Amino acid sequence: MEYEMVIGMEIHVELGTKTKIFCSCPTKFGQEENTHTCPVCLGMPGVLPVLNEKVVEYATRAGLALNCEIAHFSKMDRKNYFYPDLPKAYQTSQFDLPICTGGVVEIEVDGVKKDIGITRIHIEEDAGKLLHESADGTLVDVNRCGVPLVEIVTEPDLRSAEEARTFAEKVRNIMEYTGVSDCKMQEGSMRFDVNISMREKGVTVLGTRTEMKNLNSFRALIRAVQYESKRQIIELKKGHEIVQETRKWDDTKGVSSSLRSKEEAQDYRYFPEPDLVPIVIEKEYIEKIKRELPELPEAKKQRYIDEYKLPEYDAGVLTATGVTARFFEEAVLLYDEPKQISNWIMVEIPPLLKEKEITMENIPIAPVQLAELLKLVKENVINGTSGKEVLKEMFNTGKNPGEIVKEKGLAQMSDTAELEAIIEKIVADNPKSVEDIGTGNEKAYGFLTGKVMKETKGKANPQVANKIIREVVAKHLG
Amino acid sequence: MSLTREDVTYVANLARLEFTPDEVTALIDKMGAVLDYAETLSELDTSTVKATEHVLAVQNVFREDVPKPCLSNEQALANAPESEAGCFKVPRVME
Repeated sequence: MEYEMVIGMEIHVELGTKTKIFCSCPTKFGQEENTHTCPVCLGMPGVLPVLNEKVVEYATRAGLALNCEIAHFSKMDRKNYFYPDLPKAYQTSQFDLPICTGGVVEIEVDGVKKDIGITRIHIEEDAGKLLHESADGTLVDVNRCGVPLVEIVTEPDLRSAEEARTFAEKVRNIMEYTGVSDCKMQEGSMRFDVNISMREKGVTVLGTRTEMKNLNSFRALIRAVQYESKRQIIELKKGHEIVQETRKWDDTKGVSSSLRSKEEAQDYRYFPEPDLVPIVIEKEYIEKIKRELPELPEAKKQRYIDEYKLPEYDAGVLTATGVTARFFEEAVLLYDEPKQISNWIMVEIPPLLKEKEITMENIPIAPVQLAELLKLVKENVINGTSGKEVLKEMFNTGKNPGEIVKEKGLAQMSDTAELEAIIEKIVADNPKSVEDIGTGNEKAYGFLTGKVMKETKGKANPQVANKIIREVVAKHLG
Repeated sequence: MSLTREDVTYVANLARLEFTPDEVTALIDKMGAVLDYAETLSELDTSTVKATEHVLAVQNVFREDVPKPCLSNEQALANAPESEAGCFKVPRVME
């Protein structure tokens, strides 16, 4: 029997505001515990929350970028549950009247395009952080309490782990491009909940689903989906029923397990938040936000193909994240060779980033430095091989390429006489190669060029060296 | 309105309240009386009345996104029954 996977996702995205959703505490990540709190986010009695205007703006922007309808009227609600990461014993969220509804995101997997429906986007506050470091209790850090989030909820339109990942990555790119969030995965700025069920191919009714919460990387997402779908198929083939439940994904062990901690059916008893007044958004406001939306990844990719004449592959890689696209565009402004810049960004830079265990966000060189380096290569001051060496040195020292070339004496030999002398000697020392060339074996040229590059420590201009080798060999054969 | 023991213990559990069996028995009637009183409202025909989202006729009360000083760690923890390492301390939560 063939099974089909049905996946729906909830994506939590931390908004890039300076302050929390209902108070003026900063949202900075990684601060000392409980130093970014006030009576409002500590849940003291008698305090009054006031909504951050940027939260409304960012949520509207997110909604428009994901092709949603923006609600003229929406409101905040209380979602009640007891957990120590929530000092108020309720989370302020949105229930029946979310700020955005009915969007769509197009994804492409294996050349097939597909629309993924967005059910809704609502705004809510993040909870605190529990630390399990104490011997006889749990420690609570409230800094994160009240950090603004949007929760993006999809229709059950995804059919594979690959589709889920592609969709999640696309949403991340759009959120990053629009400045809604910095989308720093390692800081938990984006978390995924996945609902998975299986059904026989051809059947339209949905199977019983399980949910896995708080997956915090694309790798965890893809592995959790693969594992859970396999587990469900095995259960179904044994004739067992799937139990609707929340399961915990253990990314280290690579398994999901039931959270059967006497979990009663959730009863959140939502009701309208009496401390916050409704949000009314006028058409003019929506139009203004729409006008201010930056170029989105899809449009940018097309522009790179049209304007910079880049292959589709290059355009896709460069626009995959906003930081890479910005780096590329700045470099192109300074050095008008898009394909060259693209090659270096796609081929030479990634291994250096990997070596330093960083991403494009923290790249230690500026676009202007890459542009300068490529100019040096183009003007034959250094050859491509030396260029790579210089780039590595730039990563390590932050120095400018010109400086490094001087320090390391990497400038190509422009003195033809010196090069000629070296080549004369090499040709004289390798009579066998000359003989081979005489019998028509052109490969021997490569061998000689290699010798020359070695002797000059890569500083010879390969074209010039090649020309001289041919002349000298011809003389010897002559 | 007649409530069952299960109704009372369910609500008690949501509120994290613990009752003896006798207290639960007493609450069946007491809570029932409260609900009966609220039930009076159902006599009104509200089919043409819009749901009340908020009691005030006010909307769009916003704050500028400008950081202000926070409480110090000591101030934040001042009311905490227990604290450790700059954090609030609560009974152990199993994850």
